[in-house]
Amino acid sequence: MKRLLRGGRLIDPAQGLDGQFDVLIEDGRVARIDRDIAVNGQPDLDVVEVPADCVVCPGFIDMHVHLREPGFEHKETIATGTAAAVAGGFTAVACMPNTNPINDNASVTKYILEKAAQAGLARVYPIAAVSVESRGEQLAEIGELRAAGCVAISDDGRPVATAQLMRRALEYSSMFGMPVVDHCEDRSLAGEGVAHEGYHASLLGLRGIPAAAEEVMVDRDIVLAGLTGGAFHVAHMSVRGSLRAVRAGKARGVRVTCEVTPHHFILDDERLASPVSYDTNCKMNPPLRETADRDAMLEGLRDGSIDAIASDHAPHHYDEKKVEFDRAPFGIVGLETAVPLSLDRLVHTGVVGLGRLVELLSTNPASILGVPGGTLRRGSPADVTIIAPDLPVTVDASKFRSRSRNTPFDGWRLRGGVAATIVGGVTMWVNESAGFHL
Amino acid sequence: MAMAPDLIVVRHSASGACDFLARICRAGIINAGDGTHEHPTQALLDAFTIREHKGRLDRLKVAIVGDLLHSRVLRSNVQLLTKLGADVWVSGPPTMMPPGIERLGVKATTSVDAAVDQADVIMMLRIQLERMEGAFFPSFREYFTVFGLTTERVARAKPDVIIMHPGPMNRGVEIASEVADGPYSVILEQVSNGVAVRMATLYLLAGGAEA
Ligand SMILES: [Zn+2]
Repeated sequence: MKRLLRGGRLIDPAQGLDGQFDVLIEDGRVARIDRDIAVNGQPDLDVVEVPADCVVCPGFIDMHVHLREPGFEHKETIATGTAAAVAGGFTAVACMPNTNPINDNASVTKYILEKAAQAGLARVYPIAAVSVESRGEQLAEIGELRAAGCVAISDDGRPVATAQLMRRALEYSSMFGMPVVDHCEDRSLAGEGVAHEGYHASLLGLRGIPAAAEEVMVDRDIVLAGLTGGAFHVAHMSVRGSLRAVRAGKARGVRVTCEVTPHHFILDDERLASPVSYDTNCKMNPPLRETADRDAMLEGLRDGSIDAIASDHAPHHYDEKKVEFDRAPFGIVGLETAVPLSLDRLVHTGVVGLGRLVELLSTNPASILGVPGGTLRRGSPADVTIIAPDLPVTVDASKFRSRSRNTPFDGWRLRGGVAATIVGGVTMWVNESAGFHL
Repeated sequence: MAMAPDLIVVRHSASGACDFLARICRAGIINAGDGTHEHPTQALLDAFTIREHKGRLDRLKVAIVGDLLHSRVLRSNVQLLTKLGADVWVSGPPTMMPPGIERLGVKATTSVDAAVDQADVIMMLRIQLERMEGAFFPSFREYFTVFGLTTERVARAKPDVIIMHPGPMNRGVEIASEVADGPYSVILEQVSNGVAVRMATLYLLAGGAEA
């Protein structure tokens, strides 16, 4: 099967391309990229006309999502989560292991991959647990998990419990080329906290999670990555001190990378008080931080010290979130809002250009996880995200493909959206309002 | 909500519980204390008690001393008393000082002597047992030495100072018995004023006209 994506602007930072290029797809892979590829004499060629105001990008990869299956199918399934992914412009997702059972053995990994294949939407890259049951005691069978298809290790939801375990994880996983993705939070400092420790939590009487809880763990892990030569990736970075540490680590050659979520570069802890106070859709871990932290995240995105944007898509059932703030679970969904939010709040505000945005959403996640994609180089999988940077979008949680609707962005009007999502040459999602007909 | 009550009085362990309830039901919600957030009727009865004694709140120096971090009485009093013009000082161990408290328009100090100096009103807050286990301070003995309200400390305040406490008290921890039972104490008046203020709250919120 042959398809030609004709017209539109193509951006592929891995090849240094930004301009008018056509993409020829054959058997699910990129066969050729060129200006004005001829179509005559090829009757079996399916020609897709890309509208002039759309941008063809290597498929976006969300390197931090919770698909909840197995075990929490009332929140999300692999089928609904990957449907949300393609509707949000993601051709691939990396899913965290905190399911039930936890993805700490190859049979869980195989189950996830089987379900993903059945769904047949976005690619799914499982992330394995660092430790057995993510209890922080004994290393999981990382070699077997790697062979089964896991691409990284993490005890997400929890930090890697001790410095010794983190050290061993970094050392051991390096022989498989897998990064250790750490949810950086010193539990003794975070305590029973539910919100960022600061003025707003004080006023609302909410137990605080200090910025230092994250910062000391990022510091610890950077030191250990330096010691071992292993690759450490900071999950959902939220405070300016962590960013400072990452910059310093990178400057001295430590293998450290980091991601930030749209909510941490858009919202701050003032949202706890207004427009609605105690909104449980503003309860996440790490919590919404103060304005200076939010601004530091924008600066890190701008200057290149932040490597990736990840949604930390964390679906929760309506009933679980509709409780007192203290009792609600942490997390919000993000797969279907990350791209429009990034276009609106990063590109249209001038924080980053489209080229840099593609690096944050595609090129860098692919290289951090060592997975195919992240580029439309000849021979790569034909995973393509086509965006419409000026398309007006109104977030409507009731229309999410995800099984859950826990978002603080419902009703937001944004500029920029996803026009189409193509995985392995097959169109998985089309936004007709972007003028697309496939 | 099938019973369609006019008013619901709520005391709840979670901050924001009343707010949550007010958004989903039609009845008037009276917050009788939500977590470590607010205790509005306590603040009303405290302000009433102060005004009974001083005739005003404007420009009075009010010192609030104790576990500031976990106190809903503090949060409601700070809002009400600053609104009514009082000069509010708060004092407690740094481990129990809510971050950003000065932004509420109070002076915050770890020196209880500075807080009570020339004070018109001293309001002591209860120290809870479990705070010691949370390593907020080393021992009750030391707490009493550093923050306890003793006769000597009361002597730094204005001669007509009044001593308040929302109860229940830990004698010998945040307050010495001779101060709690002494001539400046209005603690029992607070209790009886609480009945009147809460009756008034119910009456007004249930639609009663102002007298
Ligand atoms: Zn996490």
